[in-house]
Amino acid sequence: MKKLLSIFAVSVFAFAANAGTLDDVKNRGFLKCGVTTGLAGFAAPDDSGEWAGLDADMCRAVAVAVFGDRSKVEFITTTGKSRFPTLASGEVDMLARNTTWTISRDVNLGFEFVGVNFYDGQGFMIPSSLGVSSATELDGATVCIQTGTTTELNLADFFRLNGISYEALPIETNDEGKENLFAGRCDVYTTDASGLSSTRAAAADPGKWLVLPEIISKEPLGPLVRHGDHQWGDVVRWSLNAMIIAEELGVTSENVDAQKSSNVPEVLRLLGVEGSYGEMLELAPDWAYQIIKQIGNYSESYEANVGPDTPLEIARGLNALWTQGGILYAPPFR
Amino acid sequence: MNDITESRKPPVATTGILGWFRMNLFSNWVNSLISLFVLYILYQFIPWILNWTIFAADFKYNFNGEEIINREMCSRVLDPENGGACWAIIYVRFYQFMYGFYPRDEVWRVNLSYIMLAVAVVPLLFDKFPFRKHFLKFTYVFPIIAFFLLNGGLGLDPVSTNKWGGLLVTLVLGCTGIALAFPLGIILALGRRSNLPVISMMCTLFIEFIRGVPLITLLFFGMVMLPLFLPEGIDMDGLARVLVAVTLFQSAYMAEVIRGGLQAIPQGQYEAARSIGLSYWQMNMKVVLPQAIRISIPSIVNTSIGLFKDTTLVIIVGLLDLLGIGRGALADTTWLGLAYEVYFFVSLVFFIFTFGMSRYSLYLEKKLKTGINMGAD
Repeated sequence: MKKLLSIFAVSVFAFAANAGTLDDVKNRGFLKCGVTTGLAGFAAPDDSGEWAGLDADMCRAVAVAVFGDRSKVEFITTTGKSRFPTLASGEVDMLARNTTWTISRDVNLGFEFVGVNFYDGQGFMIPSSLGVSSATELDGATVCIQTGTTTELNLADFFRLNGISYEALPIETNDEGKENLFAGRCDVYTTDASGLSSTRAAAADPGKWLVLPEIISKEPLGPLVRHGDHQWGDVVRWSLNAMIIAEELGVTSENVDAQKSSNVPEVLRLLGVEGSYGEMLELAPDWAYQIIKQIGNYSESYEANVGPDTPLEIARGLNALWTQGGILYAPPFR
Repeated sequence: MNDITESRKPPVATTGILGWFRMNLFSNWVNSLISLFVLYILYQFIPWILNWTIFAADFKYNFNGEEIINREMCSRVLDPENGGACWAIIYVRFYQFMYGFYPRDEVWRVNLSYIMLAVAVVPLLFDKFPFRKHFLKFTYVFPIIAFFLLNGGLGLDPVSTNKWGGLLVTLVLGCTGIALAFPLGIILALGRRSNLPVISMMCTLFIEFIRGVPLITLLFFGMVMLPLFLPEGIDMDGLARVLVAVTLFQSAYMAEVIRGGLQAIPQGQYEAARSIGLSYWQMNMKVVLPQAIRISIPSIVNTSIGLFKDTTLVIIVGLLDLLGIGRGALADTTWLGLAYEVYFFVSLVFFIFTFGMSRYSLYLEKKLKTGINMGAD
């Protein structure tokens, strides 16, 4: 019923989605980007009130592409419930809000996912004292699980497939799961791997907790825009792709100026030295150069916000480039 | 007259501190047992909480004397056995807790509004306040001044409400909601009791509809549906839309509270007022409402406190009030895991405001002697 209502609310607004978002943004003078109300590593205000995180960087990258200025963005906080109506009604130009790309959201809700900026998936966290190294050894464990979520269904499927049993301890929020696990009321806590990492980082002694290698669901998180405005969708899509391609080509915020005189044709095309790709997107010729200069490539953004050197310590894993064992892949820049 | 006995002092055991203890805590063995149990709990708890919140706590520096800039530097993370609360997260982010993302150069406008709010409200609350009449004139214009100060205009740079946050949002929602809902509630309450069927039906419908849905639903209605009813091209501000929802919600509850007061006024009061030739409005303004509102004070304060706390629900529609800013702080990787400190601080701030409101209501009740001889003194 809830879902029906939200679909209704969204479809009521679908007509409000008009073409020409890029012009609207340009006329307004800043980008309105929907983010979470606070999620470690993805979007959260830092001590000085600046939004930081992987999703926040995505917003800034689009602002840079359009205006050449990373500060020309207004962050609109949205919750899991309000994010879709907010986008559909045109209150934000795009969402970069830790949102899983699914067929119903892409098709039925009338949105367009333009790419994936983080491959997430459901994982398991246990106290390392449990002496378990694989989720298949968790027979008979008590599992803390958020009720009414897809994680609950995934969990049931996984245990049934492996022919092992578990006891569910239903919880409502992430904080509750955290407290229950730390207090030893459950042996295992399961939620998205990025969420597990932030739970682990918040522990008194992170070394005492272990995230198991099994990932039992696909949660591709990416930025999305409204259906039907392909020009704007292209701008957001290629802002993301530019960051990924820059990593592929080894262009970083440090060496981007030197790379302008590179002899690799794709680098020259990316940085706007050759070709007229900016013009095609109705952006400045050096839009991608500015993204790399002001935000950095994908790797830089990843390392700064969620990577192994941050408290979250999320290894690249699936999010490594396709050439390095991951599945991060951007179409060629030509 | 001589045989009047000398007045003797009452027995020692019934007066003074000892008597008070005997009367209130140890009047029979059940009470004594409960008292001892509670005292034991307090004895266990109070030293621990004082130690954690004050004596062993970090405020700006940890036990090594370094200024704390992230979670790893907190004493309670470095030394989980002995470290107390790490208030540095509040210290570092105090600005955000108070003003949200309001531009730092413009923050004097918020501070000035806070001061003016005090100047506007205090004389309103205490009728012995010197020059109260003149201050009350200011109270009437304060909302207009505050609007332009906070929002911008009249030569001030506009500050989008998207940048407001923390206590500022909580206070704007709470104060506006309570202040606007009061007159609306009176009108609705009178309307519901009106003899004109159309008016009475409309008011009843409105009140029952609003009371029949949760505040969250109304917030969503304000956020998502309201723009649909506005003419093309008019972009209503997010905070304003939430304010509309909060005010409607509060006014329906206020109306029922005041209606309760109205119903307690004896029919004779109405008849007496009519018989000396007062019109409908004169009767209500001069005779009925003053009594009705007086006896509904406890309930009015009750719903106001309820609303003040309900403002935390606005996080659902993406506004960062005091609690929302706290959650945002917890999501910053620099500070992950300091939930106790943040929630303690937020509840303390809410407690100060709601406790203040409830004490004020007690003071009013005492002053106006509500409930005693109601309607007849």
